[in-house]
Amino acid sequence: MEIKVKLNGKWIVDNIDPDMLLLDFCRAHYCKSVKRGCETSNCGLCTVWLDGKPVLSCNVLAARADGHEVTTLEGLQEEAKEFGMFLAREGGEQCGFCNPGFIMNVLAMKRELDNPTDEEILEYLAGNLCRCSGYASHMRAIHKWLDSKKEAAQREDHIPENREKMLAHRLSKRTQKHW
Amino acid sequence: MITIQKYLKAASLEEAWNANQKRPNRVLGGMGWMKMSSGNVSTAIDLSGLGLDQIEETDDAFIIGAMVTLRQFETHEGLEQYFHGAVRESVRHIVGVQFRNCATIGGSVWLRAGFSDPLTLLLALDCTVELYQGGDQTVQVPIAEFCHMKPDNSILTAVHIHKTGRQAAYQSFRNTETDFPVRAVAVSRLDSSYCAAVGARPTRAMAVTAEQVDQLIEKAQALPYGDNLRASAEYRTMLAGVLIRRAAEELERR
Ligand SMILES: Cc1cc2nc3c(=O)[nH]c(=O)nc-3n(C[C@H](O)[C@H](O)[C@H](O)COP(=O)(O)OP(=O)(O)OC[C@H]3O[C@@H](n4cnc5c(N)ncnc54)[C@H](O)[C@@H]3O)c2cc1C
Ligand code: FES
Ligand code: FES
Repeated sequence: MEIKVKLNGKWIVDNIDPDMLLLDFCRAHYCKSVKRGCETSNCGLCTVWLDGKPVLSCNVLAARADGHEVTTLEGLQEEAKEFGMFLAREGGEQCGFCNPGFIMNVLAMKRELDNPTDEEILEYLAGNLCRCSGYASHMRAIHKWLDSKKEAAQREDHIPENREKMLAHRLSKRTQKHW
Repeated sequence: MITIQKYLKAASLEEAWNANQKRPNRVLGGMGWMKMSSGNVSTAIDLSGLGLDQIEETDDAFIIGAMVTLRQFETHEGLEQYFHGAVRESVRHIVGVQFRNCATIGGSVWLRAGFSDPLTLLLALDCTVELYQGGDQTVQVPIAEFCHMKPDNSILTAVHIHKTGRQAAYQSFRNTETDFPVRAVAVSRLDSSYCAAVGARPTRAMAVTAEQVDQLIEKAQALPYGDNLRASAEYRTMLAGVLIRRAAEELERR
């Protein structure tokens, strides 16, 4: 069957078997960060985003992605590299096998949760297994990375011209509402 | 892993229902459980184009489409407010966010699995299952009855949670995070009457009712429990008592 998938921003048309998993589709299209750690939905290593939401690609048929957008680590290189540095600095990267799926889910969490508590972070990432680190280094890396993001946002906010732009933006939103 | 010969993205419920009348064909939910089985599927019937992925809140009910994911169920604001977190609590320990973005309410209810957390919760609520049976005919089956029905060739289209004022609290116990529950318990109260649904017996959940919490626990502990590699029947019986009491206390505190 023919499917059309927007993989990392590029539309791809392919002829696939109806039972092909999204995991194998991604790998066939050179997204080798997507790996099979278990295929029983337990490890989180195969995490990709489907229309911006993290899913287990070992649990989704490629046919389901027809007409939809799929993002892998290859499509998020800048952000992945940035968080990856925090992870490495805290010793969260040992054998490194779990990293691609873990990073995909951390980046998804950042988009979904504002100022998550430790419990919320642990719950969001519970489906990503790491057999080396014991997760303490992961938690340190996440906190430091989130803090650095917050500080960067605050700095942006303090630059006078940005502040003016932001105020103007808020004002225009209010006016729009009024209309 | 199953093999699939043909993929049908159904354009209407009637088309899906017709295809589902032939046994080697199967409806796809989120694929979570189906993928773990083996065998040959002639036609996999995809319901994702039928608009069944929404939760509708009316004055009388929450209507949860079959293709609503467990994560949508978990994060829906209306359900969160009405049931004070019980819905979220019932699914938040299932594997991980990425899995809950795949697994559906339709597949979870249809499966009628013994370990099912959402089924345990729904069994303690005033809930009916909407089944499409061809020729534009739908029936509503009370959840307790549905639990004991043999799977037929209907299409599960939605789960209705009726707003009767019944309140619920949910408790589960796992040997380790993301594992199947060793014990799942939902306690609900309407006026002065309690209901406790007890899942992971380890077979399918059952419900008991009583006017007093002590009676409720006694009745729940008298249900048949079995051993499996996760826990013994004796341990499950003890956990039933502890978790029902905790859930009932939570209801008291509200
Ligand atoms: C590793 C793992 C751990 C799990 N842990 C838990 C847990 O701790 N607690 C828990 O409650 N659950 C758990 N589950 C079960 C999971 O939450 C889902 O209930 C399960 O995957 C079924 O949902 P699905 O949408 O994936 O359905 P599928 O696997 O796609 O389908 C299941 C069955 O239902 C049929 N079906 C699906 N939708 C319909 C429909 N609309 N009409 C008619 N028939 C239909 C299918 O043909 C199939 O026979 C776990 C599953 C896995 C794989
Ligand atoms: S390979 Fe998908 S969860 Fe392990
Ligand atoms: S670093 Fe080895 S599995 Fe996570």
